[in-house]
Amino acid sequence: MSQVAASDVASSARLGRLGEILAHSSYMVGRQTRNLFREPIWIAMMLVQPMFWLLLYSQLFRRLVELPGFETDSYIDFLAPAVVIMTAFFQGTWSGMGMITDLDRGVIERFLATPARRSALVFSQVLRSGLTSVIQGVIILAVSLVLGAENGGPVGWLVIMLAGGLVSAGFAGISQGVALITRREATMIAVANFIGLPLMFFSAMLIDFDLIPRWMQWAARFNPVQWAVDAAREPVLASPDWSLVGLSMLLLAAFVVATTGFATWAFRAYQRTL
Amino acid sequence: MDAITVGALEKRYGDVHALAGVSFAVRQGEVFALLGPNGAGKSTTVRILVTLTKPDSGAATVAGHDVVHEADAVRRSIGYVPQASGIDREATGRENLTLQGRVQGLRGPVLRERVDELLALFGLGEAADRTVRGYSGGMKRRLDVALGLVHRPQVFFLDEPTTGLDPEARAAMWDELGRLARGERLTILLTTHYLEEADRLADRLAIVSHGRVVVEGTPEGLKRELRGDSVAVEVTDGLGERAAAVVSALQDVHEAIPEGRMLRARVESGATAIPGILSALEGNGIAVVSVTTARPSLDDVYLHHTGRDFRSEDEAGVR
Repeated sequence: MSQVAASDVASSARLGRLGEILAHSSYMVGRQTRNLFREPIWIAMMLVQPMFWLLLYSQLFRRLVELPGFETDSYIDFLAPAVVIMTAFFQGTWSGMGMITDLDRGVIERFLATPARRSALVFSQVLRSGLTSVIQGVIILAVSLVLGAENGGPVGWLVIMLAGGLVSAGFAGISQGVALITRREATMIAVANFIGLPLMFFSAMLIDFDLIPRWMQWAARFNPVQWAVDAAREPVLASPDWSLVGLSMLLLAAFVVATTGFATWAFRAYQRTL
Repeated sequence: MDAITVGALEKRYGDVHALAGVSFAVRQGEVFALLGPNGAGKSTTVRILVTLTKPDSGAATVAGHDVVHEADAVRRSIGYVPQASGIDREATGRENLTLQGRVQGLRGPVLRERVDELLALFGLGEAADRTVRGYSGGMKRRLDVALGLVHRPQVFFLDEPTTGLDPEARAAMWDELGRLARGERLTILLTTHYLEEADRLADRLAIVSHGRVVVEGTPEGLKRELRGDSVAVEVTDGLGERAAAVVSALQDVHEAIPEGRMLRARVESGATAIPGILSALEGNGIAVVSVTTARPSLDDVYLHHTGRDFRSEDEAGVR
């Protein structure tokens, strides 16, 4: 008994509070990732939709680039970053389902009776969503490469994956918060659908920003999905606007901080109801 | 020293007064049971003691730490087996134990050895690397117990450890818990709505009803307080009340309480009281369906202290 207590003290002192949060987050991410890889069907399902967009939609609208105002001459080049962002965005909005399963099965309560850091229980979900999207991004970009997209070279790849990771983490924050407040799958599904499609259509995901109606352009400027599309698409254009990339990344980072804050607040609210 | 002290805990959930001033103390190294029907406030008490929820008023300490103000110290000192498991079903038994050990601050070879030790101790060695999804109910419950013990806690809480287990698995769990109680210098608090379980495992117990501790003592002491034997008489429908009045007027009957068509009486000696009871009932035109006598059980203790039958109370609590 005393031996364990001593090692506890030592590990806390060595890690510090922030270190402990990071360590606990990484254990939780490890758990979620391992469970994900145990269900390969999920990975397949998560990639089926982006493949449809990449393979079919790009063929269907191949000639879109001939419109005046398009800044690339290959639609697959134009579409690939958007498919990464779309997949990441949906990954984020649905990530709360994992939290609901954990709440239902009492996994969260079991951890709450241990010294597990509360913030790690939330951060890990956000982090897991972001990392999953980065991995999905790599796969999508690799497929688009085979289809002839250039993706802006190594820098382009990095920027696209970072934007995907951030938008996924940002919407995961909202999704986790909603999961903790509603604690019901049906409500969660309704919310994810409710915010999913409108935010996707209020963005220049599938078409050049200058070609969408002016009032939609105005709305799109407040849409985090558009920020991610802006950041991810610039590197593949003929003359990238790097300041737009930088600004979009900053906005996305702020978005992640804000929504993670919301999820943390929702977690405290959930604890008060116990 | 007391491992657990609980003083006047109150907790409301909306209109429901879950705890209306619960107080008791548990000595170091003893097995203490909170016994009561569903909805009596046992789980709420445990959830406060393991820092899951905060009391509206009152105070409690576990292993010398205040459960509200020193929650993290409490969490390092306790193991907790929740009523609703909380195992990650997609992970293996070993993975569940390893993660639990890590958040409790164990690392490296110490952790690995502890996990192996627990897997062997709870008969999960062969299933260690299979996902929990395929475990039987008894195996899951044993893993739950192992998870709570990974960091060698001083105080161990089990919330309804055998509810939902088949009789065989329940008996195995009782053996397991009995061994734990004897082996390590561990203080155990368990909640149960099985009178038999409290009788079998607990050194001392408290009967909880409607958010209060009704009575506290050793199972033997509580039963001894009820002098004599208990007699249960089944009469025809609707005559329970009248039968109670008739029987309680008899000389050697200490107490007679009606519950529906049953009548429970406490008498000096069952064997000698029954003829008198039967003839008195027949004399008053009350037909007797059956009659049994027994040494007092915790059932009778419960009935004596609350005036209510345990089983009907339990069903009412489930609702």
